[in-house]
Formats: sequence, C-alpha cells, structure tokens
Amino acid sequence: MKVRYFAWVRERVGKAEEEIDPPPDIATVGEFVAWLAQRGEGYAHAFENPKVVRSAIDKTHVPANARIKGASEIAFFPPMTGG
Amino acid sequence: MIPTIRLQRERFDVADEIAALTRGRTDIGAVVTFTGICRADEGGEPIAALNLEHYPEMAEAEIGRHVDMARSRWPLLGATVIHRYGRIAPGEDIVLVVTASSHREAAFAAAEFLMDYLKTRAPFWKQVEKESGKSWVEAKTADDKAADRWTSS
Repeated sequence: MKVRYFAWVRERVGKAEEEIDPPPDIATVGEFVAWLAQRGEGYAHAFENPKVVRSAIDKTHVPANARIKGASEIAFFPPMTGG
Repeated sequence: MIPTIRLQRERFDVADEIAALTRGRTDIGAVVTFTGICRADEGGEPIAALNLEHYPEMAEAEIGRHVDMARSRWPLLGATVIHRYGRIAPGEDIVLVVTASSHREAAFAAAEFLMDYLKTRAPFWKQVEKESGKSWVEAKTADDKAADRWTSS
C-alpha cells in the first residue's frame, strides 16, 4: 500500500511517500495511525495528536473508523488551508 | 455542461476564463467570479510569499465532486475552478471560481458554495514565508462553519 504525507505531516515524518504493508490485524485508519506513530520519533511527532490529522483513502476523505482493507493509497495531512 | 478544473503553477487571466465559458452562448444570463488573492500580511506580520502544497490527484477529484454537488443543487450552465500551487507572491491570484447560469441567484450561490468547500475540503496547504521563517497556516474554524451551513440548512 502506498502511504503519502503532506504539509507538516510530511515534514515531521521526513518523507513524502513510502510503501507499507501494515500487519493483518490493523483494520481501520485509526489503528493504522496508532501503529505508524510507534515507528519512530518523526512518526510519533506527526501523529502526536491523531484527531488533528486528516486521512484519505484512494483520494477520498475518510474518518478514522474507515477500513483500510483493499486500499491502494492512503494519505495523511493537516486540516486543509487552500482557497 | 463540462466543467473546467485546472491546478496550475502559472497565473490565470480572469477575463479570458469568463470569455472561454460564455463564448458562443446566448442561454447564459449571469456569470459570477470569485478570485482569492495573496495578501501581504499574515497575523499582522508582513509575508514574502505563500507556498502552496497540494495533493494533485485528490485535489482534482475532490473539486470535481464539489462541482457535481453544485450542479445537482443549482441549474448551472458552466463552471470553472482554477487553483494555483507553488510559490505565490503578495498581490498575485491564488484561486478562481467562475459560475454561469441563466439567472444570478444560482450563479452567486454556487460560487459561494464552491469556495466554502474549496477552503475546507480541497487538499491544499498554505505555508507562509516571513522574515522570521516559514510556518504552516492553521485552518480557521470560521471556514468550517461557512462550509457547514450548506449541509445544516
């Protein structure tokens, strides 16, 4: 699964994207975030306040309880500030 | 109606975009445009520029979904959304929304709807360049409230 990071989430994690195969017991976006946060200092910093970080699966906004099964791309980013 | 959605680094010309939308049409009676412009200050401090980061594939899909929502709510005859990314200097345009309809009510409402959703749902992030350094712009709750009113009524 391709994982992409944007804005300050990208800066904290230290990369824009990577390939990750999450463990099979990870079912939801929220669980995936908690698992990512344990991968290192940068990840812990990026996801220190998981409620602030938004997620998208295959280019569509999703809530933390969304299932990740079958996703080909998952993205994490701060609240949007375009326009 | 086929909407025009463009994400680009380059500047755009508002008059050209209106002309492209209305050329050869006699059914359009109203065109509304909104242009978002980069201000020279952020929180009382002067800024050198904005850097706009985006998630290209999702931004295009998300804007397309919102144009479709606007079309299902109002009788639109045309819509153009252009959002720039990259480095934008104070005074330069950032975003353009053009809506066309036979009467003004639909064009005004759809333009406002699209802008409210662009602000809160389109995957763009502004970083400001100041003398003191670079910092990410924080999302405003006022923008969330503006977008929410379209679903609560």
